[in-house]
Amino acid sequence: MSIGILGKKVGMTQVYDSKGVLHPVTVIQAGPCTVTQVKNNDSDGYSAIQIGYNEVKPHRLSKPELGHLTKNNLKAVTHLKEFRLEESELKKIGDILDVTVFNEGDAVDVTGKSIGKGFVGTVARYNFARGPMSHGSKNHRAPGSIGAGTGLSRVLKGKKMAGRVGAKRVTVKNLSVIKVDKERNLILVRGSIPGAEGGLLVIQPAVRVGK
Amino acid sequence: MSQQLIREVTQEQLNKNLPELQIGDSVKVSVKIVEGGKERVQAYEGVVIRMRGAGISKTMTVRKVFKGVGVERIFPVNSPMLESIKVLRTGKVRRAKLYYLRGLTEKATRLKERTLKGGIDRKTAKKK
Repeated sequence: MSIGILGKKVGMTQVYDSKGVLHPVTVIQAGPCTVTQVKNNDSDGYSAIQIGYNEVKPHRLSKPELGHLTKNNLKAVTHLKEFRLEESELKKIGDILDVTVFNEGDAVDVTGKSIGKGFVGTVARYNFARGPMSHGSKNHRAPGSIGAGTGLSRVLKGKKMAGRVGAKRVTVKNLSVIKVDKERNLILVRGSIPGAEGGLLVIQPAVRVGK
Repeated sequence: MSQQLIREVTQEQLNKNLPELQIGDSVKVSVKIVEGGKERVQAYEGVVIRMRGAGISKTMTVRKVFKGVGVERIFPVNSPMLESIKVLRTGKVRRAKLYYLRGLTEKATRLKERTLKGGIDRKTAKKK
């Protein structure tokens, strides 16, 4: 159980490390996040902290949202996220978490919402084979048979068919942190991460530091 | 805003000693090579036939003919592994990509040197 922070995807670029190796990196602008609520065993039956990210003008929030924050004299934020922690690790309300919770070389998991692709056919969605495009064929990108006929009289559950792709919560695990820039609140993570530029991300220490 | 941030992040890694390169330039690239813990410098000389990318990601393709075999190497121009890039000559070319050199014999690939009006070459003209 460990603390993560919230951030926004800025975009991708490349950077050199000290050995002169060029790495593809995603730039994430993360934090600073404020601790907005502390839960412990007595108050809620489990221990956790809630952090807030993305400061806005107070009138952008609804009254209940605002009340939750102003009762502790906190600034208005658009995003709240809870992290389960051991009771000994708990922070205080109003504490600030910034990119320095991560160090260069750390492994992190990054969660975001992938780019929506809309309604996609079976050829693109599941790599189904395409029919012949010419010689009189009318079967170009059709899915083919979807099951048995009169005997079964239904389509099996889970049959791969056309449908919506993307716009789902996706986590990319075990990315290494190449650089932490405290001044600009930036984290440079090796590799690509889900979502469009400007999309909300959750950056957490890797659940399983792998191979 | 976001592109600005990316530029700021990569700014400090840009090669400060990068000469003004043009397509058709004959260049001498000194590459650092790490071999068994030791570092040495190897020179590579050829003609810039392609440049692509911008900022930190900019690369150039340098072509030369070595023992009758065409060799092309792609260098990220901002790499810290490049000790230096020297422009030896500036070729007179009319294309941004000199792929046509690949089909030519060694003798035909020699490019005419580019000179500005009055016979001043680019480097001295810039100093004035």
